[in-house]
Amino acid sequence: MIELRDVHKAFGPNHVLNGVNLALPKGESMVIIGGSGTGKSVLLKCVLGLVTPDKGEILVGGAPADKGSRDAFLARFGMLFQGGALFDSLPVWQNVAFRLLRGAQKRPKDEARAIAVEKLRRVGLKPAVADLFPAELSGGMQKRVGLARAIAAEPEIIFFDEPTTGLDPIMSGVINELIREIVVEMGATAMTITHDMTSVRAIADRVAMLHGGVIRWTGPVSEMDATPDPYVQQFIHGRAEGPIESVR
Amino acid sequence: MTLTYPFAVLGRQVLGFLAAVGRIAIFALTGISHLFRPPFYPKEFLTALLQIGYFSLPVVGLTTLFTGGALALQIYAGGARFSAESVVPSIVAIGMARELGPVLGGLMVAARVASSIAAEIGTMKVTEQIDALTTLSTEPMKYLVAPRLLAATLAVPVLVGIGDSIGIMGGYLVGITRLDFNPATYLKNTREFLEFWDVASGLWKGAAFGFIVALCGCYFGMNSARGAQGVGRATKTAVVTASVLILAANYVLTEVFFSA
Ligand SMILES: Nc1ncnc2c1ncn2[C@@H]1O[C@H](COP(=O)(O)OP(=O)(O)OP(=O)(O)O)[C@@H](O)[C@H]1O
Ligand SMILES: [Mg+2]
Repeated sequence: MIELRDVHKAFGPNHVLNGVNLALPKGESMVIIGGSGTGKSVLLKCVLGLVTPDKGEILVGGAPADKGSRDAFLARFGMLFQGGALFDSLPVWQNVAFRLLRGAQKRPKDEARAIAVEKLRRVGLKPAVADLFPAELSGGMQKRVGLARAIAAEPEIIFFDEPTTGLDPIMSGVINELIREIVVEMGATAMTITHDMTSVRAIADRVAMLHGGVIRWTGPVSEMDATPDPYVQQFIHGRAEGPIESVR
Repeated sequence: MTLTYPFAVLGRQVLGFLAAVGRIAIFALTGISHLFRPPFYPKEFLTALLQIGYFSLPVVGLTTLFTGGALALQIYAGGARFSAESVVPSIVAIGMARELGPVLGGLMVAARVASSIAAEIGTMKVTEQIDALTTLSTEPMKYLVAPRLLAATLAVPVLVGIGDSIGIMGGYLVGITRLDFNPATYLKNTREFLEFWDVASGLWKGAAFGFIVALCGCYFGMNSARGAQGVGRATKTAVVTASVLILAANYVLTEVFFSA
């Protein structure tokens, strides 16, 4: 479904991606792990075309991501941004239903609102939240609204950038389950970035570790614990000693 | 090397300046082109109209009121040197309509609107809201920029028209209370010597200035650097650039309109 071939991206002298190769089959859930600042968010943005790679190819459904109709391409995606990226001029429900209120997927206001409230419920938020503004919510609540917005139009491909950071353990559990459900029930293809190893085990079919601008290791989640790769081992056990430097 | 160094610096700055002008021009054309291609966002347009037009009324009104009053005093003092005090009403009217209404209105709107547009769009940029718009299949140039360009271009001429009237009224109030003009004569002189083109040229200027204000706000907001500092710098640059461009455009338009 998604394939990256030798993707490079640098910001000035800062070489973030140095030839990323990655393939994600349809209907699978991949988790990307890797140290802070290794370029995980940049990787997702490259696929969405928000960041233009310097080199390399990105295929979505077999077709190059940067060719063809941009609207049709983006309509297949849902994205949760790391910072939530809610529109602070709009109330929560209009954020969630943004796609349902305009453009190709436009529908009546009541219907859009009902869907928004339902999606909010799925991320553990009460209907009363619908009429608040993003600035009135806590960080974790904003994150969950962002999650609701990402899944509102039931996209085929969903990207989650750290869906559980800033959430309490119970809420994290709810969100992990939700992501799993979306993949299993809706047949969506998901790519999730997370630092939370519990989430990795709950969400992932496959795991990929980004380090030094390349995919250091990738494989089924069941093989993650047994891999001898010292980078993966250090990361999943959270050791200070190992090949990954602690000052980056 | 040391001899050519200043020229190298100068050359780089000129090139940088030209590149920036080119980028702003392309940005402006892209923004305008989105006004003619669906989907349209009427709600965004109306909100912008309200923000830019309606809420700028008090600022523009007060500015022109005081300026009209001061203008009457100055022209009276100047006119008295060659016993031409009677020109006060017509000069106040012509000065307000042709020059001070649009320029002061434009500058006040630049201070109020270019800054708020740049800060708003800049904040959206650094908090990834612009990226989020794109992923939600909404073109930011169409959703954020085009409505503001149109709203400012339409709203500022109206503000200028109202500002002209208030400024002339300021002159009138000073004229009849402080300078012993007969109210009826003052109004008659104002009406008789003010020509249609005096007012119309000012309104055209207003439209141009409104466009400049929205363009600068949007452009520097969309190109804001990361972080709070980035947004702060974008806001400052937007206001300064809009103000300078307004004054420059004012000169050019005055040449075009009035040098026969
Ligand atoms: N728009 C940008 N301009 C300049 N540099 C950028 C930009 N976006 C990202 N970077 C740089 O790219 C690198 C990777 O950033 P990225 O946000 O992808 O990290 P990450 O792996 O998601 O980290 P984290 O886990 O902390 O979110 C960082 O060094 C960052 O400074
Ligand atoms: Mg990140």
